[in-house]
Amino acid sequence: MMLAKKHIFSVCILAACVLGLVLSASAAEKLKVGFVYISPIGDAGWTYQHNQGRLALEKNLGDKVETKYIEKVPEGPEAERVIRNLAKSGYDLIFTTSFGYMNPTLKVAKMFPKKYFEHCTGYKTAKNVGTYMCRYYQGRYLAGIIAGKMTKSNTLGYVAAFPIPEVIRGINAYTLGARSVNPAIKVKVIWVNSWFDPGKEREASEALIAQGADVITHHTDSTAPVLTAEEKGVYAIAYHSDMSKYGPKAQLTAVTHNYGKFYTKVAQSVLDHTWKPEAVWSGIKEGSIKLAPINPVVPKDVVALVEKTTKGIADGTFKPFHGPIKNQSGKLIVAAGKSLTDKDLLGMNYYVEGVQGSIPK
Amino acid sequence: MDFAIFIKILIAAVAAGTPFVYAALGELVTEKSGVLNLGVEGMMLVGAITGFIAMAKTGSLLLAVGCGMTAGMLMAAIFGVLTLTLMANQVASGLALTIFGIGLSAFLGLKYTSIALPGIPELPIPLLSDIPVLGKLFFSYDILVYGSLALLAIVSWFLYKTRAGLILRGVGEAPKSAHALGYNVVRIRYIAVLFGGAMAGLGGVYLSVAYTPVWVEGMVAGRGWVSLALVVFATWRPLRVLFGAYLFGAITIAQFHIQGLGIDIPSQLLSMLPYLATILVLVVISRDLTAIRLNSPASLGITYHPENQ
Repeated sequence: MMLAKKHIFSVCILAACVLGLVLSASAAEKLKVGFVYISPIGDAGWTYQHNQGRLALEKNLGDKVETKYIEKVPEGPEAERVIRNLAKSGYDLIFTTSFGYMNPTLKVAKMFPKKYFEHCTGYKTAKNVGTYMCRYYQGRYLAGIIAGKMTKSNTLGYVAAFPIPEVIRGINAYTLGARSVNPAIKVKVIWVNSWFDPGKEREASEALIAQGADVITHHTDSTAPVLTAEEKGVYAIAYHSDMSKYGPKAQLTAVTHNYGKFYTKVAQSVLDHTWKPEAVWSGIKEGSIKLAPINPVVPKDVVALVEKTTKGIADGTFKPFHGPIKNQSGKLIVAAGKSLTDKDLLGMNYYVEGVQGSIPK
Repeated sequence: MDFAIFIKILIAAVAAGTPFVYAALGELVTEKSGVLNLGVEGMMLVGAITGFIAMAKTGSLLLAVGCGMTAGMLMAAIFGVLTLTLMANQVASGLALTIFGIGLSAFLGLKYTSIALPGIPELPIPLLSDIPVLGKLFFSYDILVYGSLALLAIVSWFLYKTRAGLILRGVGEAPKSAHALGYNVVRIRYIAVLFGGAMAGLGGVYLSVAYTPVWVEGMVAGRGWVSLALVVFATWRPLRVLFGAYLFGAITIAQFHIQGLGIDIPSQLLSMLPYLATILVLVVISRDLTAIRLNSPASLGITYHPENQ
C-alpha cells in the first residue's frame, strides 16, 4: 500500500512538472497584456477609446500578444487587488487606464519587478512603470476654431467635470482657438462635479443652451450633452469618441483619443526587450489626438483653416498656448513670441481671457 | 437674471420634478394605508431598467411604461409578502428592498450601459401652446409629464371623494376598527403597496426613457429617498407633493444656471442646495405638530396582526 501511494505521489509530481513546462512554453510564445478599465466599455467615451486601442493592438501584433481586460474597477484598494491578480496570473504588461490607479499600480509594480506597467494620466514613474497621456488640448484648440466660426450668439457652453489642470487646459485651449477666429467669444463653464452623470450633464447642457450658448462641448464621459444639443437644435463638439450617431445634425466634430499606435509600440518594445519607463505625452503628431470627420455644415474655408493649423501643430511650427495670452482680468501672462512649457501646462490653474466665471477652489 | 431664463428654469424644473411626482404620489397612497415602504429607490431603479430594456427592444413607450410599472409592482409584492403576510418589520424590509433593487437593476442592465434611446417627443397642445410665454410654460411637455398631473388629480379625487379612498384612509388610521367593520385590512394594504410600487416603477421609467434616455447603474441617484422625504414635506397632501417636487426640481436646475451666469458661488455648495432645502423644510414643518398629526396616518409603520385582535 505504502509503495502504491508513493507511486501515485511521484506520478502526480511528474505530471505537474510536465504541465508546468507546457504552460510556461506557451506563455513564452505570447506576450500577455492586461488592461484595467474604470467603467464599462459601452459604445462611446473614455474607456471605449482605450478598448479600441486594445483591439488595434491585437490586430497589429496578431499571434504575438494575448490581451484581457477587466472593466468597472473602482479606484482604491479594489484596483490594487485586480492589478495584482493580473500580474500574478501571468500578465507581463499591464495598462491601468485611470488617474486613481496611480498608487495601486506603483505598489503592485514594486511586488512584481519583472513585469511592466503603464499608467494613464499619472505623474509618477518607477523602474518598471511608465506613464502616458495625450495632448488633448491640441484637439480642443482645433475644435475651438470650428466653434468660434459656427456660433451666432458668440457664446460657447462647456460642461466640465472637475477643476483639475487637465480639464482647465482643455477649456483654455478651446477658448484660445475660438477667440483666434472670433475675439468676441465668451465661454460659459458649468462644473457638474462628476465624470459620468448623464442626468447632471443634460441639465447643465440645457442651462447653457437656455443662457444663449449655441455650441456645446463637454469634458465628461457620457453622450448626454451631444444628445441634448441635437434635441434643442444647437451644435455640439463631442469629446473622447465620435458621437455623430447620437447627434448627426448637432455634432460639428469630436476630439477623439486614439491609443492603438501607442499600445502597439509599447507591446512591441517589451517583445524586443527595449522597453524603458517613460512619461509619454503624445498628441496630433503621433496620431493620438484626431478630429472626427467634420460636419458638412462647416464652411470649406473653416475646414481649410483647421487643416492648416493641424499641420502646424503636427510639425511643431504652431503651438496652441503661444503668446500673447491674457488671463481673465486682461493681464498679459504669456508675452508675444513666447509659449508655455510642458511644465506650465501640467500645472495650469487659471482661466484665459474670454472664459466666464471662476475656477471652483 | 432676465425673464426668459426664468421661464426656462421653470420649464426644466417641471421635467426634473416629474419623477418625484410619480414616486411620491405612489408612496403617499401606500403610507395612507398605514404601510411605510422605504424601498422606493430600489423599485424606481428596477422600473427604470425594465422600462429601458423594453424601450430599447421594441421602441414602444406604452410597453416600456407597462413593463416598468409591472416590475415596480413585483418589487412591491416582495415587500408586501414580507411585511403584510409574514409580518416582518417594515423599516428593515424596505431598506432591504432598496439594496436588493440597486443590485438587481445593475445586473439586469449589464448589457445596456451606454446605449442611447431617442427619447420621447414633446407633445405641445395645439393652440394653447402658441400662447406667448404661458403656452411654453404650461402646454409643451411630453406625455409622461401630463400623465403625472393626471395621476395627481386621480389620487386626490380617489382619497378624498370616493368611498374606497375613505376606506383606505380608515385602514391607515385605525386598522382594528376597519377590521371590526368587516374590511380586509391586509388585502387593502396589499393593493396600496402594489400601487406604490407601480408608480415608483413609472417614475423610474420616466428617468431612463424620457429624462435622460440612457441606462446608467444607480441612475436614480437618491431620487427615491427624496420622494420619501417629499411625502412628509407635503404632510401627506397630494397637491403639496406636486409643489414640493417642482420646488426640488427648480433648485436642482437653478444651481446650473447660477454657474452659467458666472455668479461666484462654489459649485459644490450649489450641488448641496437641494438636499439642504429638504432638511430645512423638514425642520420647519416638524414644528407644526397639528399639521402633521392631522394628515399623517396614525398606524403608519405599525405591523398589523389580524389574528391578535
